[in-house]
Parts: sequence; C-alpha cells; structure tokens
Amino acid sequence: MHEMPLIRRELCNGCGLCVDVCVQTVLAMIDDIVAIVDAEHCGYCTDCEVVCPTQAIRCPYEIVFAEYYERRETILD
Amino acid sequence: MAIETKQLESMAYLSGLSVAELEKVSQHVFEKAVGRNELIVMEGEPAEAVYFVVSGAVKVFKTSAEGKEQILCILRHGDSFNDVPVFDGGPNPASAVAMTPVNLRGINKAAMPVILREHPNVATNVIRVLAEKVRHFVSLVEDLSFRHVTGRVAKLLLEYAGDHKGAGGEAKPRLTQQDMAAMVGTAREVVGRSLKALEEEGAIKVEHHRIVIANKEILEDMSGVSAG
Repeated sequence: MHEMPLIRRELCNGCGLCVDVCVQTVLAMIDDIVAIVDAEHCGYCTDCEVVCPTQAIRCPYEIVFAEYYERRETILD
Repeated sequence: MAIETKQLESMAYLSGLSVAELEKVSQHVFEKAVGRNELIVMEGEPAEAVYFVVSGAVKVFKTSAEGKEQILCILRHGDSFNDVPVFDGGPNPASAVAMTPVNLRGINKAAMPVILREHPNVATNVIRVLAEKVRHFVSLVEDLSFRHVTGRVAKLLLEYAGDHKGAGGEAKPRLTQQDMAAMVGTAREVVGRSLKALEEEGAIKVEHHRIVIANKEILEDMSGVSAG
C-alpha cells in the first residue's frame, strides 16, 4: 500500500500551490483546505511539500535496511 | 495598459513608494503568465528582465555539464529572480522554471536605470533584496563546499534505519527531507542532492515513501562510520 503525503489541515492557508504543482492531480482544494482526492496516482515526488509555504504538507520517508524490508514484504505476502 | 498601483506593492523593489511614485513606475512594469513546467529564464542567455512572482511557485536552478541539477531556491508570492544580470549586464546566472501555473510581473533591463535614477527609494530596496540573496547563497555555498552533508545524511539514515523501533521499543519517526535538513544542519535542497548522490553510489534506493538501504557497507563508508 502506498503511503500518502500527510496534510495538517490546521496549517493550510488555502493558497493552492500544492494542487497546481501536482501533475498527477492527486490533490484538490475542498472548502479552501487541501485534500487528497486520488491517492492511487501519488508518485511521492514531494513537490507539494516543496512548494507549501506553511509546511502544511509533509512527505515523510520510512528508512529501512533492504534485508528487513524484503523479509517483511515476504511475511506480508 | 498600466497596472494598478495597489497591485505593485507586493514587489519588494517598490516597497514604501508613494502612490504617485508607483503610478510612474507602473509604466515600466509588464505582466506575464507562464504554464507549469515552462522555462522562464535560461542560464547563460542574455538577460531581458527581473521578475517578481505574483502567484504560483518558481524553481531557480543550475545544471551541470553532466545534467545534474542543483536547486538554488524555490520562490513564491513577492519573491524576485534574475535580479543580478539586470544590474551587471551579464547573462542569466541560473535557469528558472514554473513549478505551477505562474503569474509574474517584470521590469525590463533597459528600464531599470531610469527607475533607479528617478526613484532613489527603489535603489535602497534593491540593495536590501540583493543583500538577502547574497546571505542565502553564501549559506548554500558553505553547505555545498565545506560541509560533508552527504556523509552526515548517510550517518542519519544509518541511525534511523531498521525495524522502526528505538532502543527503548519506541517507534522511530519517519523523516521528511526537511526534517533531515534540520537534523544535519543544511538546506532541504542540499539533502535532495545528497540522497541522489547516495542513490547513484548504490548505497540506497528511494522507492516511493521508503528509503531502502541497499548496501550498508557503502553507506557506512560514505558516512565515515567504521563497519567494525
């Protein structure tokens, strides 16, 4: 399952830069607050995080060793 | 058609000017709309104008002969770019691309001496803006030249990698590039470059929201940490 950028609604100033920068149209403004509307197509490019002037969007990374990651994926499969 | 004076107040060069002065300066200001991913300014080309972001986001960057990109800054409402060549007569020092649909205002190079002569307050504003930019770029040069940021990012990744449990069993936090920048004392732009460098060396793989440490030995080597 794909992780999504995290949105802190209370920090969103409604400028819409993140919506404009997203080539996959993953984001949209709903009632002047950014929302994820098409999670499936998010490529995690982090451009939304880069352009956000209020740090309302965060794109955190999970950091894993390859062995652990592969073992976990095998168990999940 | 002249632009309304009130709309010019967000341009840092024109801060503090009277309405009468803004009206005069507005004759030299033009507007430009740019589509997403459109190149606004090309590095090395003759300079035509200094630009001010009205809306949208602009990325200013340099590209090496090998095609590597170094982001210099991300600009938003009120920020200016391509200032230097308008004053020194040289070519554009960096490229600028629209990250979103962008609305700009600009002042042509030829108009700038006229504006400075007629409105000395603009000169004061220009000095302040250029000083802020010098401070930003000096800090970036320091990061890129003297600090071994890639090594510190490598060390940070080693510290935060694993099963996402700390020594006390607490979950290890996931990190944004901004977090990593703050933790190693650099700019986000430099962290992005470091991650790319680590990926090119085969130490890590960036897969969507996950940084996978593909080769711990290479990462340890790059971090300066002995494999022991």
